[in-house]
Parts: sequence; structure tokens; C-alpha cells
Amino acid sequence: MEWLGLYNYWVVVVLMMTGFYVVIAQGNLIKKIVGLNIFQTSVFVFYISLAKLDGGTAPVYVEGTTAYTNPLPHVLILTAIVVSVALTAMGLALAVRVYEAYGSLEEDEINAQDEQDA
Amino acid sequence: MATVWIRNLFAATMLMGIFSLLAASLYVLLDAVDVALTEAAVGAGLSIILMLGALVLTTSKEKVRDTRHNLLALVVVLITGGALIYGTMDMPGFGDPEAPAHQHVSPRYTQESVDEIGIPNMVTSVLASYRGLDTLGEVLVIFVAGVGVLLVLGPGRYRRRPRGSGKAQE
Repeated sequence: MEWLGLYNYWVVVVLMMTGFYVVIAQGNLIKKIVGLNIFQTSVFVFYISLAKLDGGTAPVYVEGTTAYTNPLPHVLILTAIVVSVALTAMGLALAVRVYEAYGSLEEDEINAQDEQDA
Repeated sequence: MATVWIRNLFAATMLMGIFSLLAASLYVLLDAVDVALTEAAVGAGLSIILMLGALVLTTSKEKVRDTRHNLLALVVVLITGGALIYGTMDMPGFGDPEAPAHQHVSPRYTQESVDEIGIPNMVTSVLASYRGLDTLGEVLVIFVAGVGVLLVLGPGRYRRRPRGSGKAQE
């Protein structure tokens, strides 16, 4: 059953599609940002699971060990986590601003107001 | 997953925190201790504080909507997910030492970085030395995000739009 070894990717796909669904189907702006976060986490899990090596230990030097989990994806994801927080902060700031201007976080209400003004 | 269905945004935020924490424990299981630490501090901590701050400034109630458009979204999501699952069929198995990810530069990082850099933690040596430029880019992104948030929220406070609150117009 060779294909059973691919289950980590399927977990990632399910998570990613959950986030994707939230982003495109939910009308609430804050909810969309939550969905974006789930999506990002799925990408992180994908990278970290790529780095995993059978029989490897955490990438901290230990006398006599030669098999380590790949440190490179860890570094990339370390950077990505911080960037994702920056993204969340920026998105939330925009959402707050939209709420101040429209009094609503719902996409359809905002659209309706825009059409009224036009 | 309940995050998706819960209407109260406050509860959704809390669930997101739990989700982050679960992700962090998953990283520990996958030997990524540094990443787990960052996720627990930044994902479960800082993100949630940001979300709560945004909820204070806006509202924590989500409108109940009809699920008319959601069917189309569901179809799109299912098709994309199916395509991705199909794509994984060619991927190397979980933990496979022959996987391409373990072949290129990582043997050098794992075998020689201790001698070359002198730090036992390989993630630190790669982050600060081999890929230091990436970290510089990361700092730049944070700076830009900080400036952006200040630009969006700072002066806007004092320059209200003439339309007033949106609810009054409806």
C-alpha cells in the first residue's frame, strides 16, 4: 500500500480547502481573514511534513547522530509564520477601516451601500 | 473546523487559537521544535490578540446569510481539492529519505553547519547565516506591514467620512 504513505498531503489538502472555502464563500471580512489563516497553516504543515525524515531527530546537533530532519523548510516556515502575522495585521486593519466607513463587515451590505451611492 | 460554522466571531477567534496550538503540537511531533515555538508564540498568541483588537473596534456578530452562493463555492473547492489529491500521487512518501527535499543543500546544512558556523542548532545557523538575506526580507515585510497598519488606522481616525454610520442610510 504505497499510496498510504501520502496521507500527510491529504490532511494538508483538506485543511487548505477548508480555508479556501471560507475565503470564497463567507461574506464576513473577519471570517475571510480566519480562512486565510487556516489556508496558511495548511501550507506550513505541508512544508514541515516535507522536512520530516524517518529516523531523524530534531535538527539540533547531538554527538553521534547523523540523521536529522531537514532544517531548511523549518527556516522557511519560521519566516512565513512571521509574514503571515504581518498579513493578518494588515488585513484586520483594513477590515477595521472598512467597518468605520460602512458600519458593517458583511460583503453584501457593503456592496449594497456602494450601489446606493453610485 | 467548527470555526467555519460558528457565527460568533469571538468564539471563532478562540477556536483559531486552539487550532494554532494544535498546529504547534503537530510541529513538535514532526521534529520542528523552532517552528512550534514560533507558532505557539506568534500564531496562538499575537494573532489572537490582533483579532481580538479588531473585534473590539468592529463587531463580533456575523450576519446569518442564505447559503445560495455557497454551493458554487463548494463545487470549486471540491474540484480544486480533487486536483490537489491527484497531484499528491506523484509525491514522495512521508518521511522518505530519498525525497528530493532531502537531497540538495540540506545534507550540507545537517552535516557541516556545526563546523562552519559553530551553532549546534541548525535552524538558527541556516536562518541567520546561510539564508540571512531571507531574514532581512522578513524584517522588511514586517516593517512595511507596520507602516501600512499605521497608515490605514492612524490618521483615518480623525478624518471621518461625511456619510456617518452606514446603518443610518439604510
